[in-house]
Amino acid sequence: MNGMLRRFGGLARIAALLGTLLPGAATARDEAKPPFVFTGIPDQDESRLVERFGKVATYLEGKLGVPVRYIPVKSYPAAVTAFSNGQVQLAWFGGFTGVQARRAVPGSRAIAQGAEDAAFRTYLIANTGTGLARQAEFPAGIAGKTFTFGARTSTSGRLMPEHFIRQAFPGRTPEQVLARVGFSGDHSRTIQLVQSGAFQVGAVDFAVWDLERKAGKIDPGAVSVIWESPPFPDYQWTLRGDVDAVYGAGFGERLEAALLAVDDPAILEPFGRTRFIPVTDAAYEPLIAVGRSTGLLD
Amino acid sequence: MRGAAGRIGYASVSRAFLALALAALLAADLQITSLHPFADLKRLLDGLVRPDLFAVEIRSILHTVAFAVLGVGLGAGAGFLLAIPFARFRSVRTACAVLRAVHELFWALLLMQVLGLSAATGILAIALPYAGICAKVYAEIIEEADLAALRTLPAGTGAVSAFAYARLPEVAAALKTYTLYRFECGLRSTLVLGFIGLPTLGFHLESAFRQGRYGEAGALLLAFYLLIGTRRLWLRPASLPLLLAGSLVLLPATVGGTDALANLARFAQAVVPAPLRAGDPASLETWARLRAWAWPILTGQILPGAAQTLVLAQIALVATGLGALALFPLVSRRFCGRLGQPLGRALLVAVRSTPEYMLAYLALQLLGPSMLPAILALAIHNAGIVAYLLGRHADGLAYRPDAPRGLNLYAYEAVPRLYGQFLAYLLYRWEIILRESAIFGILGVATLGFYVDAAIAELRLDVAALLILATALLAMAVDALSRRLRRALRIATLPTRLSAPLPVRGEA
Repeated sequence: MNGMLRRFGGLARIAALLGTLLPGAATARDEAKPPFVFTGIPDQDESRLVERFGKVATYLEGKLGVPVRYIPVKSYPAAVTAFSNGQVQLAWFGGFTGVQARRAVPGSRAIAQGAEDAAFRTYLIANTGTGLARQAEFPAGIAGKTFTFGARTSTSGRLMPEHFIRQAFPGRTPEQVLARVGFSGDHSRTIQLVQSGAFQVGAVDFAVWDLERKAGKIDPGAVSVIWESPPFPDYQWTLRGDVDAVYGAGFGERLEAALLAVDDPAILEPFGRTRFIPVTDAAYEPLIAVGRSTGLLD
Repeated sequence: MRGAAGRIGYASVSRAFLALALAALLAADLQITSLHPFADLKRLLDGLVRPDLFAVEIRSILHTVAFAVLGVGLGAGAGFLLAIPFARFRSVRTACAVLRAVHELFWALLLMQVLGLSAATGILAIALPYAGICAKVYAEIIEEADLAALRTLPAGTGAVSAFAYARLPEVAAALKTYTLYRFECGLRSTLVLGFIGLPTLGFHLESAFRQGRYGEAGALLLAFYLLIGTRRLWLRPASLPLLLAGSLVLLPATVGGTDALANLARFAQAVVPAPLRAGDPASLETWARLRAWAWPILTGQILPGAAQTLVLAQIALVATGLGALALFPLVSRRFCGRLGQPLGRALLVAVRSTPEYMLAYLALQLLGPSMLPAILALAIHNAGIVAYLLGRHADGLAYRPDAPRGLNLYAYEAVPRLYGQFLAYLLYRWEIILRESAIFGILGVATLGFYVDAAIAELRLDVAALLILATALLAMAVDALSRRLRRALRIATLPTRLSAPLPVRGEA
């Protein structure tokens, strides 16, 4: 009898484990407050991402009174997908991935950006072997060189640099202007690939470049900035519209206030930002136009 | 070599493949940029020589095993069920071809749309393509089996009984060997699950490698080699139930929840081509818009992408063949002796377990961006696999006591006797190389996979679905050709074996 009970206990346990395989079932079991989950696009070294988002999670948990978890993802589309299928409620997106996410999730909105993100910039960097030197106007000398973007949907690593290339060479796509176009996946890797000479020229987020330079990872004899782009809007925190329904009325506003109140340099420094400022979706309208003109957006 | 001129034989097939590969070389985009990657490569070697063993998270090893065991277990189970109707129904063959034509990475990205970043996504991303692969191979094993027992069955024996009593005993050993081997492939497949964020060894390996933490990358790679090298010790039919149960317990917990049904509805809508989604399906204008939507995808992505994919696969296939012929003696006791064989085996385990993206990245650093790094990565990885299998066959051959040794044995006996097997393995790998060419976007080589990657990044799931369908059709065409070739070769060389299944009831 006892043995049979134990066996049934075992079966129940296996059934419970099977239940955990499905994400929906997992939340059904936690009758307490579901944890508030967020993610960020993996735009640079993951150790830095874990450091920065780990600190944000601890900070928000203290301010909001619910468990807060960060899920690391490995690609830009994975971050947008986690947001649009509701697995995360908040995400630190780039300008363009934010546009993608808000179009995919009606009711979601941009709530805060870094002070630096209102006027973000792309650097074009070149291996010193190319002989390209820094200049103020767009370097037409990149024509015929091998070139790497960052991730395919990166704002500063793909969308805007592609836009500037198309502007400088009217009627031609980057593939037609350049000898070869690769996608490194993230900004740190773009720097590595141009530094080693695997690609001659690359487009990189200016904030990541500055962080890597400070960290001593850049050899000034091998790679240098040849052009700084005009400003454009970039990173922002985007929140799903259904958070108040799940976590209580006013949750979204409290979260927004908490993000804007961050003043601890230990949190801000790994972001390469001085503080977070309020922002609305409208600030990203120019990116929608650029997305359409480059064919990345319908 | 065999038969009259003009008949399909080993030599004519080999010559045709070689000629096609040479032609492809002319069309391929190969270019060597002279680089100075040595600072980075030296750090990499340093890391591999002095691995940072404490950086390996034991948990990630357990997760790797759990995903592989459950994914392959589920896939092989489903594959077995599908193998039974496989030969008889074209629809089953088509479904299996579509399942296996999609790379695990794309399955993971698609499944994530519905199931989120969860264990279920990881398991299904492996199980779905493996069901397609296992169904095909199991069906072929069943098809190639000796049918003598089947002929002795009394008239009126049902299909299930005939299968269970006359065919299964014949093929059980081959099925077992193949399935256990699939688990090793499953371990390798878990690496790409790391690409979407599931915490396998691949997750940490990709990060460490990408960020130049080579000491950690070296340690993770070593752990992975060990895991694969010791597979025979811990993965046996007897330990399988325990592994399956243990894997269920060890799966990573899912953070955050998603509503799978709502997501499925959204996903089902998103894969419908945009013009059909918006327009009235009865109106002609909708279909004109659909044509306007599909045409640039066909001419701008599918056709050039398919051409690049075929060129890449053709060269990589022949390079794989040459590499495998050169390497297989390393794992043969006959050639390397009792002491040399384990060393050769360890070397080939390392070669075939090193993920292609790492090989491609290394080659990119050495040679610059072009199709060349992709070819090298595919060829090295696949040559490791084929050589390993061939080496084992080389030891399985019955040699005369006065058989020659060394190069004479190799050239006059081992290679000629193994050649049919060699071609069979290579023709199998053709399709696999085709799908593996999907993950080289970093090189700027515009294969079909490159465009699928773009469509998924741009959240154009309808375009991605169309491209995946095109990829599946290409893989099916290659597979059909490979199947015909193998059949023709088998008839030419192994006339004693029955190559086509006899209808069970037709026997009476």
